[in-house]
Amino acid sequence: MTALTAPQDAHAHGVDLAAGGHLVQSIDWAAVAPPVIVALAALVVLVADLFLAERHKGLLGWLSALALGSAGLTLLPLIGDDRTTFCLTSASRDCSYVADTFALTVQLLVLGGAFVTALLSITAVRQEQLPAGEFWFLLLSSASGAALLPASRDLATLVVALEVASLPAFALVGLRRGERLSSEAALKFFLSSVTATAVMLLGVSFVYAATGSMHLGTVAQALPEVDSRLSTLAATGVALTLVGFAFKTAAAPFHFWVPDTYVGAPVPVAAYLSVIGKAAGFSGLILVAVRAFPSYADAWGPVLAVLAALTMSVGNLGALRQRADRAHGAVRLLAWSSVGQAGYLLVPIAAAGYADEPDRAVGATLAYALMYAVVNLGAFAVVAAVQPYGSNGRLADYRGLARTHPLAAAALAFFLLCLAGLPPGVVGLFAKVTVFQAAVDAGLGWLAVVMALNVVIALVYYLTWTALLFRPVAAEPAAEAPGGVAGEVVGGAAAGPAAAAVPALPRLSVPLAVTVALTGALALAASGAPQLVLRFAGTALF
Amino acid sequence: MIPLDDTALRGLLIAVVVLPLLGALAALLPAPPGLRGRGPDQAVLRHGVTVTGAVLVLTVLLAVGFDHDRPGTMQAESDVSWIPALGVRLHLGTDGVSLPLLVLTALLTFLCALYSYAKMPQGPSPKAFVALLLLLECGTLATFAVLDLMLFFLAFETVLVPMYFLIARWGGEGRGPAAWKFVLYTLLGSVVMLLGLLVLGLNAGTFDMVRLAEAHGSGLGHTTQVIAALAIGLGLAVKAPMWPLHSWLPDAHTAAPTVGSVLLAGVLLKMGTYGFVRIVLPGVPDGAHTFAPYLAAFAVAGIIYGSLACLALARKGAKGDLKRLIAYSSVGHMGFVLLGIATLTHTGVNGALYANLAHGLVTGLLFFLVGALKDRTGTSDLDTLAGITGGALYGRAPRLGGLLAFGAVASLGLPGLAGFWGELLALLGAYHPAAGLSRPAFLVFLALGALGTLLTAAYLLLVVRRVCMGDPAEARAEGLATVPDVRGYEYAAWTPLVVLTVVAGLWPGALLGLMDPAVQSLLPGVTR
Repeated sequence: MTALTAPQDAHAHGVDLAAGGHLVQSIDWAAVAPPVIVALAALVVLVADLFLAERHKGLLGWLSALALGSAGLTLLPLIGDDRTTFCLTSASRDCSYVADTFALTVQLLVLGGAFVTALLSITAVRQEQLPAGEFWFLLLSSASGAALLPASRDLATLVVALEVASLPAFALVGLRRGERLSSEAALKFFLSSVTATAVMLLGVSFVYAATGSMHLGTVAQALPEVDSRLSTLAATGVALTLVGFAFKTAAAPFHFWVPDTYVGAPVPVAAYLSVIGKAAGFSGLILVAVRAFPSYADAWGPVLAVLAALTMSVGNLGALRQRADRAHGAVRLLAWSSVGQAGYLLVPIAAAGYADEPDRAVGATLAYALMYAVVNLGAFAVVAAVQPYGSNGRLADYRGLARTHPLAAAALAFFLLCLAGLPPGVVGLFAKVTVFQAAVDAGLGWLAVVMALNVVIALVYYLTWTALLFRPVAAEPAAEAPGGVAGEVVGGAAAGPAAAAVPALPRLSVPLAVTVALTGALALAASGAPQLVLRFAGTALF
Repeated sequence: MIPLDDTALRGLLIAVVVLPLLGALAALLPAPPGLRGRGPDQAVLRHGVTVTGAVLVLTVLLAVGFDHDRPGTMQAESDVSWIPALGVRLHLGTDGVSLPLLVLTALLTFLCALYSYAKMPQGPSPKAFVALLLLLECGTLATFAVLDLMLFFLAFETVLVPMYFLIARWGGEGRGPAAWKFVLYTLLGSVVMLLGLLVLGLNAGTFDMVRLAEAHGSGLGHTTQVIAALAIGLGLAVKAPMWPLHSWLPDAHTAAPTVGSVLLAGVLLKMGTYGFVRIVLPGVPDGAHTFAPYLAAFAVAGIIYGSLACLALARKGAKGDLKRLIAYSSVGHMGFVLLGIATLTHTGVNGALYANLAHGLVTGLLFFLVGALKDRTGTSDLDTLAGITGGALYGRAPRLGGLLAFGAVASLGLPGLAGFWGELLALLGAYHPAAGLSRPAFLVFLALGALGTLLTAAYLLLVVRRVCMGDPAEARAEGLATVPDVRGYEYAAWTPLVVLTVVAGLWPGALLGLMDPAVQSLLPGVTR
């Protein structure tokens, strides 16, 4: 584990393989600061945990949030610089770490998302009595890996970063002691992810064997000119690598672990997986597909398009099947919806396989991911806030939330409408428009139509949930059945006494309220000025 | 005319769109001291009347300040970049086509707010009701005022959520499924429309409606135009609604509260037909030309289908619902609008726009009347209302009965009332369709449309005979509930509609003079 949390070592090692020659490379510490600060903080937290009294353990959470926040601030001086470091000293000058627009944007997403997760977790760690030191160490380790990933420009660093991001996540999922569901989920997640890693490593080694390089740029140049005797090897390598990364993005048919894992994990961890875990997978896929294997675009383009169509359909249909009275329905629905959203995220990457300027198409994925990150974290924040610890979080429990927690209900409604892409969730709508635009631009008309159908399907469950928030609390549980019009009338007439019968929900804890307010404000600002998020669509990222 | 400079006009148009949105937000906040009124409910309903009233005043000022000498050009234009990444601009403006619709929207929403102030529909708190009503107004006004395809789509979608909640929360029986049907149909239509708008905008290189109209399809291949026209047209046809995509409409109308029905029929349906005139006809003329005969055929099918459905509902013992009947009559009336558009001639499109406005006024009035009747008697079932020998509304509530008869004859297109000119011009357009369209086919459509007017007259007169005529003594003997006559607030809400129906019927030149130059600039190169 320690080896994995020190990405820089692994890094240098990865470079050795490819470089040969001069071994000493200069390091631009400012450029690598974001992942390094988080990794160091992880170690500090782990050590500090040993010396802190039980009642002061809460400090670890604030320390972690602080570290993530300051790591995010170190991104500021890097903007517009396109810094590179860990460059080969040989003639090719290939660099393993590049802080370009793409890297900085994903790092912003990852660090910001991890910061929000940390705020969410402060309450959860206390309430669920999770082991504080381990929890914060794992969270920070995973975040450092996810922050390293978008800046990596060689296959070895990519794989290592991806593993650093995902290995601690298994432990996070299984951290609820003595919960069968939780450990089962962790095992499912672990097995599927390890399979992906194995496949990916095999693919990477094939690609290395065929091209003689690990650096994405060199691989991209070498692949079209591979010796014809090695072309099968190269093609297999490309396919296996892509399959591995597709697995990590939870694209269908590799999505089966998602719902159970999210339900089994503590809610903030589920939020983390749905946003940062996905961001890591997607940035890896983008880098590999667009930067390393552009010469195979005519192969992976159609495959990714089919995967995108499949993923969004499976995810949205899965979400549609959720019944209001099922235990953990809220998290389960968000889990399925995150699978569906992953399908939308795949569309521009698939379109990049057809486009003349693949970089610009990928910008739509980035823009959509930013919108999704803010809004989905917000939705999870509300779920974490209003779902008292130990409750089974049924969707039906959200009925009448507008009466008990008007602001939380309004925020959740706004987040759900953003996810659905309906006004007043303007940013969600326009993020979808950019994705549609990428598809239409690339001539993927059929995919655009499939996505259009999915948007309508998704609307059903998002709007059902939204409508539920504003329904009067039913007088009797029997009236909670969908379409219980008669019950509703009774509920409406007897809203006064019925409201009193609802168990008084605890007041929102401060960190949770701050999180909801923060994500809500961000989503609102982005809805007023969608350019904030959409500026990445259609600009050169690399 | 009052001389208003362009800056003032621009400010007015922006205020018209933004004010309802601000009002919707303000409605959710607690009333400030001094404006609390008799209680929170009364205060918020009064807030709704104030805001919609202010918007109405602003639109009227806009109409007065509008340069009536050049209604064909865009006026009160403001154009600011909003999302450079997508090329979306905040481009607002109005011309002779959209100005009457803006005024109609503001008027109907104001009347609805006024009506709700006195008679709040059954349901949860008026706070949310007023906020949704204002959001709905913002969306519809924006639809008619924006000149950017993406903004048009945004505005088009904005009305979905408020209308869904208005039906689902304040509606009558069967409101849940009806609201779902409404939202799913229109959303399915509008995502298809979005794809069409993207195909159009990306291929033409601009999302600006004015520039698209000026280009008039130049630089767009035939295939692109056909695809764009089909996709955009489908989305708009769901909203319009065009037969056979209309089936959400009767359910939504039957379940919606009175003001919901009024706005749905009076304003929301117009968004569909407006989109045809503003985007499809000038933006993709080749595509429009390809689909015009099909559109006309479906329109005529809608006319006949709507009338036959209404006749079936109006029959004795059919258990017909009066609201549903008027909803089906909307399908027929919108059929005339679509037929006028499909002729691709100035005459036809002018007729379509005229019929559009007339339908807004007359059907709005009819839904108000039926809503009032339902409030008084507790039912809108025609058989119950009419009893065995007739409802005798003339005898029991003469003013209400008279108004209902007035609405019915206006709806059937009696010369001298608003409904006449639109249908006449639409049929006239079909007599001489645009060059390249099959004249024999359009003559058949003309004949069928004319048959439709007869059927319309038949069912509306049937309704009048069954509900309004009869012996009051016998009706009382049958145990029909007593019906109080028109109340003060009802006069306030209905008189403007009645007056405008008569004015539009007697002085069509006022509106046509406004619309025709705008239509001519949208459809250049057409002689008729």
